[in-house]
Amino acid sequence: MNYPNELLYSKTHEWVKEEDGVVVIGISDYAQDALGDLVFINLPEVGDEVVAGEAFGDVESVKAVSDLVCPVSGTVCAINEELLDSPEMLNEEPYDAWIIKVENETDREELLSAADYEAFCAEEG
Amino acid sequence: MKLIFEKSAAGHRCAILPPCDVEEVALPAELTREAAPKLPELNETEISRHYTELNKRVHGVNCGFYPLGSCTMKYNPRIDEETAALPGFTAVHPLAPAHTVEGCKEALDTAKAYLCEITGMDDMTFQPAAGAHGEFTGVMLIKQYHDARGDSKRRKIIVPDSAHGTNPATAAMCGYDVVNIPSAPNGCVDLEALKAVLGEDTAGLMLTNPNTVGIFDENILEITRLVHEAGGLCYYDGANLNAVMGVVRPGDMGFDCIHLNLHKTFATPHGGGGPGSGAVGCKAALAPYLPNKDGIRVRSFHGNFLVVIKALTYLLTLGKEGVPEAAKNAVLNANYLQSKIKGTFTPAFDRLCMHEFVLDLSGFKKETGVSALDVAKSLIDYGMHPPTMYFPLIVHEALMLEPTETESRDTLDEAAEIFRKLFELAKTDPDYMHAAPHNAQIGRPDEVRAARNPILRYSFE
Repeated sequence: MNYPNELLYSKTHEWVKEEDGVVVIGISDYAQDALGDLVFINLPEVGDEVVAGEAFGDVESVKAVSDLVCPVSGTVCAINEELLDSPEMLNEEPYDAWIIKVENETDREELLSAADYEAFCAEEG
Repeated sequence: MKLIFEKSAAGHRCAILPPCDVEEVALPAELTREAAPKLPELNETEISRHYTELNKRVHGVNCGFYPLGSCTMKYNPRIDEETAALPGFTAVHPLAPAHTVEGCKEALDTAKAYLCEITGMDDMTFQPAAGAHGEFTGVMLIKQYHDARGDSKRRKIIVPDSAHGTNPATAAMCGYDVVNIPSAPNGCVDLEALKAVLGEDTAGLMLTNPNTVGIFDENILEITRLVHEAGGLCYYDGANLNAVMGVVRPGDMGFDCIHLNLHKTFATPHGGGGPGSGAVGCKAALAPYLPNKDGIRVRSFHGNFLVVIKALTYLLTLGKEGVPEAAKNAVLNANYLQSKIKGTFTPAFDRLCMHEFVLDLSGFKKETGVSALDVAKSLIDYGMHPPTMYFPLIVHEALMLEPTETESRDTLDEAAEIFRKLFELAKTDPDYMHAAPHNAQIGRPDEVRAARNPILRYSFE
C-alpha cells in the first residue's frame, strides 16, 4: 500500500494536496483497494459549494456504492471529467487520478499526515 | 447457448389463430407501425426446449440449498401456485363490476386483515410491486404526514450503516437528506449516535429488526421511543420479518409503517425479477395517505394481485400456529448451521443469531489468501448456491447465510461439511480455490466489464 508523504489524508480515505491556493482531492490507495474495481463515479459540477465532512459525490464498485466525503469546504473549480468514462483510473493510479479541485477554502476537517494515516489504516485492518 | 433471437426462424409459430369472425376495421394510419416488431419466431417444441435449457443452467430452490443471506430463499409450496391459477382469480378483469368479483375482493380483504394482524398495523395497500417500491411508498406516507401538519423542517431520514442499500436510496428518492449512523460494536443501533443526530429536522428512522447481521436489537423500544420523542416516525423494513413473523409485531415495537416482501417472507417465488408484492402497512395516523384513496396511486389497480393470492394461500396453509413455527424454525436452522460452522470459519458476532448470520473471513483471508469470493465460488462446485457476499458493509470479507425453515437437518449437516472441507482446502491448495468454480458452465464472469459496458439489448445487426 502506498502513502505518499507530500499528501494529507482524511479518516474517510480521501487525499488532499494544495496546488497554487487550490485544494486537489482524490481517494487513497487504501480506499481503492478496499472498494475493489470501480465502475462508476458521480461528480459535482464546477461552481458547486462543498462542505467539509459531507458527501460531494459517490463511487460505485462491483461490491457497493460509497460516498466521497469532502475534506474541505469551498467551491468546486474543476472536476476530472476523464473519470466519468474511465473510473478504473482511480484503481490504477489513485494519486494521479484527482477527482475535484476546490478553491476559496473556508474550513477543513482534521487531516492526517502520511505516517499517521498509514497507522490509522493498519488499525482498520 | 443460443439466445432466443438466434434460434428464431421465419414462419415458425405455435399459435394458429381462428378465422376472424367480426368485421375487420383498419386503424388510422398514425396508429399503425411502419415495420413489424422483431419478435422471435419459434414453434412450441423449440420454445419448450429453450426454457428447459435455461432451467438447466440456473440454480433455484428446487435444485438445491440456497442460503443467500437477506433473501429468504425458502421453498414455495406448489399449493400457492395452484390457488393462484384458479380461473376465478385469473379470468377476471380489474375493471369488472364490483359485484362480479366479490370473491377477489374478499381474498384481498382477508389477506389484508391477516397481514395487519401479523405486523400490528391498522391498514395496508397491496399496490407496490416489490420491496423497494414498498419502501418508497412507505417513506412517502411519512412525508405526507409531516407535510399535512405543515411540519416542513423535517428534512432528514436516519439510516444505520448496516442497512440495506435500498433504505438510503429510498430516502433520497423521496427528497430527504440521508443521515448515516454507525452501528455499535455488537452490530445494533448505537443509542448515543442516534441521540446525537435526532432533532426537530428528523423526519424518521428506517430500520430492519432483526438487523442485517441477524441480531434482534434489544433496545428497539427505546429506539422507537427516542425517534417519536423527537417528532419523527419509524419505518420498518420488512426484509427480515421471516425471523419474527407471528412471534413479535413491528407495530408493537413502535414502528409506524412497514413494507412486506410478500414474494419472499410469504413464500411466493422470487429472485427471478418478479412479479413481487411490496405490501405497505401503517398505523391509523398514516392511513389517510395510503394509495388507493382519492385516486392516489403508485401502481395500477391492486398491484400484483396473484402474488397476494399466493401469500394468502401460504398463510391459510400454515395457520395461526404454523406462521410462528416457521419463524422459529428459521431461527433454529440458522443457529444450528452457525454452531456447526463455528470452529472453522469465524462468525462476525459470536452469539445466538436470528434467521441469518454473518461469517467474517478477513482473518482467514490474511492467513490463507483465500477470500470470501473464492469460498463462495467454490461452493458452486458442490451444488450449493453461494451465500450473500460482502454484505453488510460493516463486516469485511462477509459471507451471510440464511438457511430458512424449509431445509432439513441433513441439508444443514451437509452444508457445514462442505464449509469444513473448503476451510481445509484453502490451507493446502488456495490456487484451486482462486480458480473455482471448476464444474460450472460459467466460471467467473467479468463483473467489472459487465458493469462498465453493459449490453442491455439484443443487437439485430
